[in-house]
Amino acid sequence: MREFGYKRATDVPEAVALLATDPEARFLGGGTNLVDLMKTGVESPALLVDVRGLPLDRIEVADDGALKIGATVTNSDLAADPEVRRRYPALTEAVLAGASGQLRNMATVGGNLLQRTRCGYFGDTAQPCNKRVPGSGCPALAGEHHNHAILDWSEHCVATHPSDMGVALAAFDAVVSIHTADGPAELPLSEFYLPVGDTPHRENALPPGALITGVTLPAAPVAARSRYRKVRERASFAFANGSIAAALDVEDGTVRDVRLAFGAVASRPWRARKAERALTGGPATAEAFAAAADAELAAAEPLAHNGYKVPLIRNLVVAMLTELTQEAAR
Amino acid sequence: MTAPTAPSVSAPSTAVAAAGTTTASPAPTRTSGAVGTPHTRLEGRLKVTGAARYAGEVPFAELAHGWLVTSTVARGRIRSIEAEPVLAMPGVLTVLHHENAPRLTPGVGMMGPDATLQVLQDDRVPHVGWPVALVVAETLEQAREAAEALVVAYDAEPHDAVFHAGHPGMYTPEPSRYVLPDSDKGDVEAELGASAVVVDEEYTTPQEYHSAMEPHAAVARWENGRLEAIDSNQGSHAVAQDLAKLFSLDAASVRVRSEHVGGAFGSKGTIRPHLLLAVMATTVLDRPVRVVLTRRQMFSLVGSRPATAQRVRLGADSDGRLRALDHEARTFSSTVHEYVEQSTRHSRIMYAADALRTRTKVVRLDVPTPAFMRAPGWAPGSFAVESAMDELAEKAGMDPIALRSRNEPEAGPVSGLPFSSRNLIACFDEGARRFGWTDRDPRPRARRDGRWLLGTGMAAAAHSAGTAPSTASITAGADGAFTVRIAAADIGTGARTALTQIAADALGAPPERVRVKIADSDFGPAFLAGGSMGTASWAWAITEAAAALGEKLALVDQIPAEGITARADTSELVSGRQPRESNAFGAQFAEVSVDVASGEVRVRRMLGIFAVGRVVNPLTARSQLVGGMTMGLSMALHEEGIRDTASGGLANADLAGYHVAANADVPVIEAGWVDDPDTYNPSGIKGLGEIGIVGVAAAIANAVWHATGVRHRDLPIRLDRVLTAGTAIENGGAVTH
Ligand SMILES: Cc1cc2nc3c(=O)[nH]c(=O)nc-3n(C[C@H](O)[C@H](O)[C@H](O)COP(=O)(O)OP(=O)(O)OC[C@H]3O[C@@H](n4cnc5c(N)ncnc54)[C@H](O)[C@@H]3O)c2cc1C
Ligand code: SF4
Repeated sequence: MREFGYKRATDVPEAVALLATDPEARFLGGGTNLVDLMKTGVESPALLVDVRGLPLDRIEVADDGALKIGATVTNSDLAADPEVRRRYPALTEAVLAGASGQLRNMATVGGNLLQRTRCGYFGDTAQPCNKRVPGSGCPALAGEHHNHAILDWSEHCVATHPSDMGVALAAFDAVVSIHTADGPAELPLSEFYLPVGDTPHRENALPPGALITGVTLPAAPVAARSRYRKVRERASFAFANGSIAAALDVEDGTVRDVRLAFGAVASRPWRARKAERALTGGPATAEAFAAAADAELAAAEPLAHNGYKVPLIRNLVVAMLTELTQEAAR
Repeated sequence: MTAPTAPSVSAPSTAVAAAGTTTASPAPTRTSGAVGTPHTRLEGRLKVTGAARYAGEVPFAELAHGWLVTSTVARGRIRSIEAEPVLAMPGVLTVLHHENAPRLTPGVGMMGPDATLQVLQDDRVPHVGWPVALVVAETLEQAREAAEALVVAYDAEPHDAVFHAGHPGMYTPEPSRYVLPDSDKGDVEAELGASAVVVDEEYTTPQEYHSAMEPHAAVARWENGRLEAIDSNQGSHAVAQDLAKLFSLDAASVRVRSEHVGGAFGSKGTIRPHLLLAVMATTVLDRPVRVVLTRRQMFSLVGSRPATAQRVRLGADSDGRLRALDHEARTFSSTVHEYVEQSTRHSRIMYAADALRTRTKVVRLDVPTPAFMRAPGWAPGSFAVESAMDELAEKAGMDPIALRSRNEPEAGPVSGLPFSSRNLIACFDEGARRFGWTDRDPRPRARRDGRWLLGTGMAAAAHSAGTAPSTASITAGADGAFTVRIAAADIGTGARTALTQIAADALGAPPERVRVKIADSDFGPAFLAGGSMGTASWAWAITEAAAALGEKLALVDQIPAEGITARADTSELVSGRQPRESNAFGAQFAEVSVDVASGEVRVRRMLGIFAVGRVVNPLTARSQLVGGMTMGLSMALHEEGIRDTASGGLANADLAGYHVAANADVPVIEAGWVDDPDTYNPSGIKGLGEIGIVGVAAAIANAVWHATGVRHRDLPIRLDRVLTAGTAIENGGAVTH
């Protein structure tokens, strides 16, 4: 582990300026991912700029009804927020499905979006890995990949994004607010994560040195009836093998509005727009749910050991939408 | 440990203690009732307040820190180690490697010559994670940074690191103290041919890791011409002996202490590289040096339970009477040392069969050397045999308990020796009653709760109950207190407390007057905390020492200031016994829920009923059994080391990738025991540290079959396996009300 400097920022422009003082500087949120990676030698920043002192720890309702979540809000506070629980219950469920109580008390919204993959080769500096050392190769393709991507991967990297929170945010059209030396800007979550292509080490569209200041969730009545379900290898404290965030509005047996996103299937939280399109205006039946899942998963390209994710996601879609339909009927 | 507070008045019930200050009277062997009474751990307060110091925490002036560098190739030779730039880094004191490290005596090992101990002796690399250098620096951070900067170049050779049952390198290992000979009784093929019902299946268990909470740690220093070490191990005396041999020292000039140990499960049973490296460094630098393994290093340097592939063939008459039991177990070891998992142990004592055949085969791979891990052999073997018995019960249309009861042997099926006691049926009866087994609908897929299919399963369990020679001494003090000294180890089990209870009863003194000092090699030979033999072996020595002390005390009027000490050595007593088939037994029950649409398996409740001889401390005994059962649940559903074919390394060498059961996985677990009188060991103790894990994976797999109708013969029962094997239920398993 390399020796590093540590600075605490108190306002947003200062944080951005501090980061610019050293090309090897990184922002530090809760440190629950970055510090682990520093200990294993995957990351070796020269300077850490701690953002937790920034005035970005609020959750507020904007005039247009959108929910504005500060970047340093802890995962615990986010999950417990009454507005979140009432208007986006899937987000609360997603956050609570992640990590452990202690970690959620430390972890921040900004850090969660930027957490790195859990691919074992990425975390082991004795191994090649295109994401860690561009051009060194991807041993996961022919090696251990039972929890890797089935959608939209490339031969350069087949890792997944591990966030649960991000899946719910993707379902609800989140917009990421950022701040650079040029001032504030916005980036829809749908454009936040870059396609893998041949640059798996470039994971997001943040301009260099950009600070995440918050996430905005537009008002979405459909989200009030939403759920998150995560399937993992033990009952708690494990990353997803497959997860789903779903919101459903059904009237007289017809789907009026639906939101679907999957976790642990791709290098980014996966918004299932094809499935949403297939469902909208159609019948709320198990057959329709299965057909919609199949429409989305038609593009899946499983590897030797992760093919189970296709039926897993399909089953989760059917189960979750069926439950939401039954709930609506009551 | 906390010094027990000396009572201010002599307890009336304790002749010896009362006599301590004035007149001595004999017969200190009568029971004062401490054994069998729940007692919290004597050192519990120290542990929960953080005051108990572990090997990695004991402070020393002038302490230097060693950080281990391990190999990144699976086979080959070290071409070069560029120590110079690292030696120039801040605080670095030395870089030890095969060219400059102190030489070790070859051929040393607690269980025969063990080449895994020959670290930094040559340029050979036998697996990923083998020690190649130790960087020692003033601070831990400096040592770590320098170790990470050390450039080691290798001449890599092609490796072969992945185990499979059909590996052409399989051979039959030579029988030894640790390798049972293959057994043949009757004609298996003929009996199978004559059987009305036959099961012939293959079962696999993956590589599993002890994953003790406390990492292996040691501090070593030279003090007045003696080598002193504080080490995390299961038996300080044996470790000191090997240390002396390895460094060519007089046995008396080595002292090893291990006051508190945070879990071991077999991984600390023998001397491990961290201690050898600390001793090398302190010898070179002449100042105290500490070496602590990282979690990742623990996955390659302290052993594992090797993977097994086991074929079980059972043949029975239509009434369930076994005609044939054939158990062939395949496993692996490293190229460095032959450790052979004895998976056939379970089938050698469990059931009467006209023909009984066991085979063990092993292949040597370019992987770290496996080792004893909680219930070695018994745990993986019971998964195969107890699963097969369930399959036989299904085929024969019998209740699984009735099938097992029908095949109770009169004597050891292979050894022919009488059982010292065998109360398995009592465990079945009590277990069935408490679990509610009799109401069970035997049909699979018959119960459902929302998206969950429900099922129950059971399995039988056994573990050898051995005793090994030990020594102990007891000093009667002039103040009426007793001090017991024995090189026992408390690896978190509560051994210190149990021995205090045993000594109290043997001395006829209240436990508050008995102080038990353990885990110091200077106390003389004692068996390690392993093989479920520790408490039984130590208890015998303590009881003998108490008797000897009683005789001495009977001869004196007054106890002198230095006290009166008596010693005992049970070597002759232990070896003088008639051989017996001596085992603990148990019955495991589990209820599971399975969502075949997601593949999730959850255990709802577990019950284990055991026949474990005399229970010394019901409180800590229960913890051991429940802990073992929890580890069995983890073995059934979670634990699996995944070897990477290309690199030969482990793909999940940390606790984020290597899953052990989390609290949320562990539901209601109850453990109990039946009366099990057995005086083969005069203390009546059988040991119960390991049997809790035995049979659990089979009970859970059998319950998963009962829930889903699908057999899972490969551990762990992962969600992808359940998902792709199970026939999905309608609505993707949606909850319907
Ligand atoms: C054992 C364990 C289990 C876990 N299980 C789960 C799980 O099941 N599901 C799940 O979703 N997550 C899980 N997590 C991940 C956890 O949620 C993330 O570690 C956490 O959300 C990261 O937040 P942080 O604030 O600690 O980020 P940090 O570690 O501080 O930072 C992560 C990255 O974000 C950058 N960063 C932080 N804040 C900002 C900002 N405001 N602007 C720009 N860049 C920033 C940092 O520079 C760094 O690159 C687990 C973590 C651990 C350690
Ligand atoms: S999948 Fe991606 S992160 Fe994993 S080894 Fe390949 S390149 Fe690295």
